[in-house]
Amino acid sequence: MDPSAHRGEPQHAAAGTLVTLIRPPQLIRPPAPRDLRSSDITAEPLYWTRREWLAAAGLTVGAIAGLGGGPKTALAQQARGRGYGLQPDDKPTSWEDVTTYNNFYEFGTGKDEPAENARGFKARPWTVKVDGLVKKPGDYALEDFLKGARVEDRIYRHRCVEAWSMVVPWRGIMLADVLKRAEPTAGAKYVEFTTLYDPARMPGQRSAVLRWPYGEGLRLDEAMHPLTLLATGVYGRDLPNQNGAPLRLVVPWKYGFKGIKSIVRIRLTDRQPATAWNESAPDEYGFYCNVNPTVDHPRWSQAKERRIGEFVRRPTLMFNGYADQVASLYAGMDLRRNY
Amino acid sequence: MTWSAAWVRVRALSRPRWWPWLVWCAVLGPGLLVAAALLSDLLRDTRWLGANPVKEGELRLGTLTIQYLAAALAITPLRRWLGWNWLQRDRRTFGLAAFCYGLAHFLWYALLDLQLDLAQLGTDLSKRTYIVVGFAALLVMLPLALTSTRAAIARLKARWVKLHRLTYVVPVLGVTHWWMSVKADVGQPALYSVLFAVLLGWRWWHARRDNSLHATTTPARAGSH
Repeated sequence: MDPSAHRGEPQHAAAGTLVTLIRPPQLIRPPAPRDLRSSDITAEPLYWTRREWLAAAGLTVGAIAGLGGGPKTALAQQARGRGYGLQPDDKPTSWEDVTTYNNFYEFGTGKDEPAENARGFKARPWTVKVDGLVKKPGDYALEDFLKGARVEDRIYRHRCVEAWSMVVPWRGIMLADVLKRAEPTAGAKYVEFTTLYDPARMPGQRSAVLRWPYGEGLRLDEAMHPLTLLATGVYGRDLPNQNGAPLRLVVPWKYGFKGIKSIVRIRLTDRQPATAWNESAPDEYGFYCNVNPTVDHPRWSQAKERRIGEFVRRPTLMFNGYADQVASLYAGMDLRRNY
Repeated sequence: MTWSAAWVRVRALSRPRWWPWLVWCAVLGPGLLVAAALLSDLLRDTRWLGANPVKEGELRLGTLTIQYLAAALAITPLRRWLGWNWLQRDRRTFGLAAFCYGLAHFLWYALLDLQLDLAQLGTDLSKRTYIVVGFAALLVMLPLALTSTRAAIARLKARWVKLHRLTYVVPVLGVTHWWMSVKADVGQPALYSVLFAVLLGWRWWHARRDNSLHATTTPARAGSH
């Protein structure tokens, strides 16, 4: 029996043909998360109508193709739409896939384990420490940390180093706003991020798969880039625990593991911070981790990716499709060496 | 009934009539389930294999290959321990299953994962060590599978026994392939490493014991491995 019949979903005329090797468009599939009441949920169809979607995607592509100005101009144009760096055939990955296919080793190494093991995780109260080379360090309750920052909905392409990808409607604030508020000193060159370390609440930390706590880092100019987000939500609601509640980094032109989750500390430094995967396998994961189809992971090609929900692989784009906005950050750098 | 009496009874069990059915279900069932799950996921969006069914199915076939290999290697020790000599004929079935699942794992990777991207297949098979090692495991199993018929056993005689000692190389290659392919979570490959170490260690220990017995007393039995 077709389970979708119960959800009042339109039946797809092409069912059974080759066309359906690609999943039916997610736009018309309502989410069915288990631990939310239906009243808590902005249904995907309401959140995102097809017409609105096409408009945003078109606008984005137009902005990139037509303007070619500095990143700021292009982004200002895009700010009217909600899609950033999207290609015409990019459609948001379903809520179900976004929230059940996760790499979050603090809750287990299987893709489905975080959704299972993070169920009882309490992401409030939460404190974020901002310190290091800043004029205004501080420990903030999450509510205060977010106060005053503009919360935006942005749809980004998401490319995992494992050669799969998604399109995720994030909600969040610009990291730049947070950093400006802390007033970095002249010596600050890098930003270091740290995940919560609490093996009692994060069972994955009881085994030494990685060095805990997970740490990540960005160069200050990458951190200040208007595309760099601190996400607090996805699909218009609070981040599910398995996606890195309550606060995670999103850097859409870098491989997904740069998007450190459940952040408790943001520290500005004058030297390049150690990062979790680089420490684990330095020949496989560098500091930059920019999406680059021409530089393979030692164990697999990065030329193509499988979009979750699709069968046929698609080519991977330089900087994950954000080259116009970020390529200038790396002008003159050997990206093969600085992988 | 005392424990020792029960043990005597267990050891005296003969091959039940339904046994071959059990073996065939054990060998075919998981493969059919994976194939059905993929079709269902792709055509009807059922998510039986999760969000990334092509990757998940590939990994499951690989794991199953290792598991059938372990089953094939466990037959001889089990047979000796339980005194069930009739188990021996299932060894070939499980060995062939390991080969078939290994082949399916490779075909799945080449056809469904790489989607016949021959350039990438060429790069993978020449540059990526873990894929070379995995492919070597498959190549080693090929002659073993081809000479698994009764006719081949009869024709090759003593050479068959020698040739089929190659079986012991396959788990080493297979687990190495698995270990090298994971990002950081080596739990599963480590577990199977221990299992294969026990299964191969047992053989080594028995061979040594049999050899020393052979040197002092009786001729060794043929085909005891």
